[in-house]
Amino acid sequence: MTILLAILALPLLALLFGAILGYASIRFHVDGDPIVDQINAHLPQTQCGQCGHPGCRPYAEAIANGEDINKCPPGGEATIEELANLLGREVLPLDAEHGEEKEVKMVAYIREPECIGCTKCIQACPVDAILGAAKQMHTVIVDECTGCDLCVEPCPVDCIDMLPVETTPQNWHWERPKPSVELIATSHQPHRAEVLS
Amino acid sequence: MNRKLFSFPGGIHPPENKLQSLNLPIQSVPLPKRLILPLQQHIGAPAKAIVNVGDQVKKGQCLAQPQGFVSASIHAPTSGAIAEIADHEIPHPSGLASLCIVLQPDGEDSWCEAQPIADYSAAKPAELVDKIRQSGITGMGGAGFPTSVKLSPPADSKIESLIINAVECEPYITADDMLMRERAAGVIEGALILNHILQTRETLIAIEDNKPDAIAAMRRAVEALSESHNSQPHNIEIVVIPTRYPSGGEKQLIQNLTGKEVPSGKPPLHVGIVVQNTATTYAIHRAINHGEPLISRIVTLTGEALNKPGNYETLLGTPIEHLLELAGIDNQQLSRLIMGGPMMGFALDSTALPVVKTTNCLLAATNTEYPEQPPAMPCIRCGACAEACPASLLPQQLLWFSMGGELDKAEQYNVADCIECGACSYVCPSHIPLVQYYRATKGELAQRRADLIQSDHARDRFEFREERLAKEKAEKDAKRKARAEAAAKAQAAKKAAAALEAKEGGATKDSSDAKPPSDKEDVVAAALARVEAKKKAKADAAAKTQQQESS
Repeated sequence: MTILLAILALPLLALLFGAILGYASIRFHVDGDPIVDQINAHLPQTQCGQCGHPGCRPYAEAIANGEDINKCPPGGEATIEELANLLGREVLPLDAEHGEEKEVKMVAYIREPECIGCTKCIQACPVDAILGAAKQMHTVIVDECTGCDLCVEPCPVDCIDMLPVETTPQNWHWERPKPSVELIATSHQPHRAEVLS
Repeated sequence: MNRKLFSFPGGIHPPENKLQSLNLPIQSVPLPKRLILPLQQHIGAPAKAIVNVGDQVKKGQCLAQPQGFVSASIHAPTSGAIAEIADHEIPHPSGLASLCIVLQPDGEDSWCEAQPIADYSAAKPAELVDKIRQSGITGMGGAGFPTSVKLSPPADSKIESLIINAVECEPYITADDMLMRERAAGVIEGALILNHILQTRETLIAIEDNKPDAIAAMRRAVEALSESHNSQPHNIEIVVIPTRYPSGGEKQLIQNLTGKEVPSGKPPLHVGIVVQNTATTYAIHRAINHGEPLISRIVTLTGEALNKPGNYETLLGTPIEHLLELAGIDNQQLSRLIMGGPMMGFALDSTALPVVKTTNCLLAATNTEYPEQPPAMPCIRCGACAEACPASLLPQQLLWFSMGGELDKAEQYNVADCIECGACSYVCPSHIPLVQYYRATKGELAQRRADLIQSDHARDRFEFREERLAKEKAEKDAKRKARAEAAAKAQAAKKAAAALEAKEGGATKDSSDAKPPSDKEDVVAAALARVEAKKKAKADAAAKTQQQESS
């Protein structure tokens, strides 16, 4: 009798837990892939396509599917490190095939007298940061521009310049003091690399 | 008084050097040749110019309106003409240029019509706050936060105490000290106005015990007030606090007086306290009772390179070189010119810069007085910085994180709570520029936050665009599909009609027994007839034109 009870109790428990798990999987179902969102949050959102994907989200999806994390030049080293931390992968040097990391942030400017109003740059802009209409002068909404370079190539009259973002008293901040390593006599010696070259 | 004082952690006792600038009463400054008024002299959005080049303006006329809630207006310090509205270097640690209004004084110094509020005690607080906003008053202690914003607490907050910060803990600076000595009644009047606006339980005026003359003057003024305002009891109390830098820091002062600690990242409002600077309080008195906007301030000119150090009542926008000449500058001796005090001020690289609302002191230091910082040596982990830190931070940890650019770690260790007082750098036996590192880290963090906001925004815009393009494509597809369907339907209808006709034709044929017709033949015949007709019409037309030409 007892053995029968034991045999019965186990399947019953299994059924019960199975039901709970089944209910939970429906009740707490997560739409979409949360890891893609997390990866996307670390990407710089320039939407420049230098990684070979049409925007940051598609690249995030590709990374989630196993693509390398070193194809994002605007994010540079910092992004690679963040992604490596997030995904538990190894930090790789930036893949030079996709471009170099820029020192300063750039924004597009249209030389307005030269613009012929062809709307090609408007179609190329991934964040709708260019304003204009056919046969009307176009201009860049500088605050919205991500500096992705995508508008430069399609321009038939080459009137788009990429200029560094201006430093103003509003966005300026103090720089880190330079460490005074020269204090130690031996560090006055020229660097090995300089000697070798 | 026998008020119980609390304390705050850390702090230092640097040489005060205040006596040099206390020998003379407040000096007046003759009109300079030009006044340069930066549109941003405060924290928040820059003001927007409402005058044009060439306009004649009166003293006290509004030249620029605030843009947004956290902003402040700018007024003409004297009468004259607007010479220029252009980029000009401003007194800012970056040394960068920013938009300024340049005023050419006409020497008449004639006021526009002043509109004081006759009896502030009968006025509504909102009206007084609006007047303060219209008068362009900002914090004059150093940060320059618009005063009207501080005086507009959310409706659900309860303000218990108003603190007038007359501590002036930074070495060399004596502007507030001198103001209280000479114009104590005005400061008290300003405190009464603030109290009327905020309706606080108590009004504390905190002064460090190294200013006995100011304390005596303020006490006399309060006594005079008690005698004259017999019917109206006031709640002003002068609190003398021990001298220790940086006891004038807002959070440190609150902790010192009330024992309450303002939580990290929260304004003093959170603990029911509003703090205002002495000079600001006096400016509020001038604005409400005399209708004068903020157009001048008292600036301490001091340092060993000056022959006549003292406090000068200066119009805003006055070029610094004008003031230095007045105070007898010895250019041979001058090694560094600092705006603000020696602890928190910053070096200026030009004397053409103007005095702004936050300029409380100009320190023209000689080389012996303010020698070059010796080179930094390695940290010996003595812990002196941690003992001196008034915000109870861990300066050593923060130094490692700042040097290594570990922003996340620095944030976790609350670098944002650093008040940049410089006490850590002052005590460091290795001369490590600690506060400079924290300042840079704070800046980098702010930059990162701004970048993050921008990238989030870019993502939203990108996703919106994708959505829009997908929608447009779907719409186009739907239209094409609809057209194709309509065409197919029309075709089908035609076919059906033709079939019906054929059937009917067949029926009639059957019934009438006429010549056997063929649809195809019919169509061909009809087309041939049409072509014939067209040809004929063309020939006719050609003949006509020929006739016309010949005739």
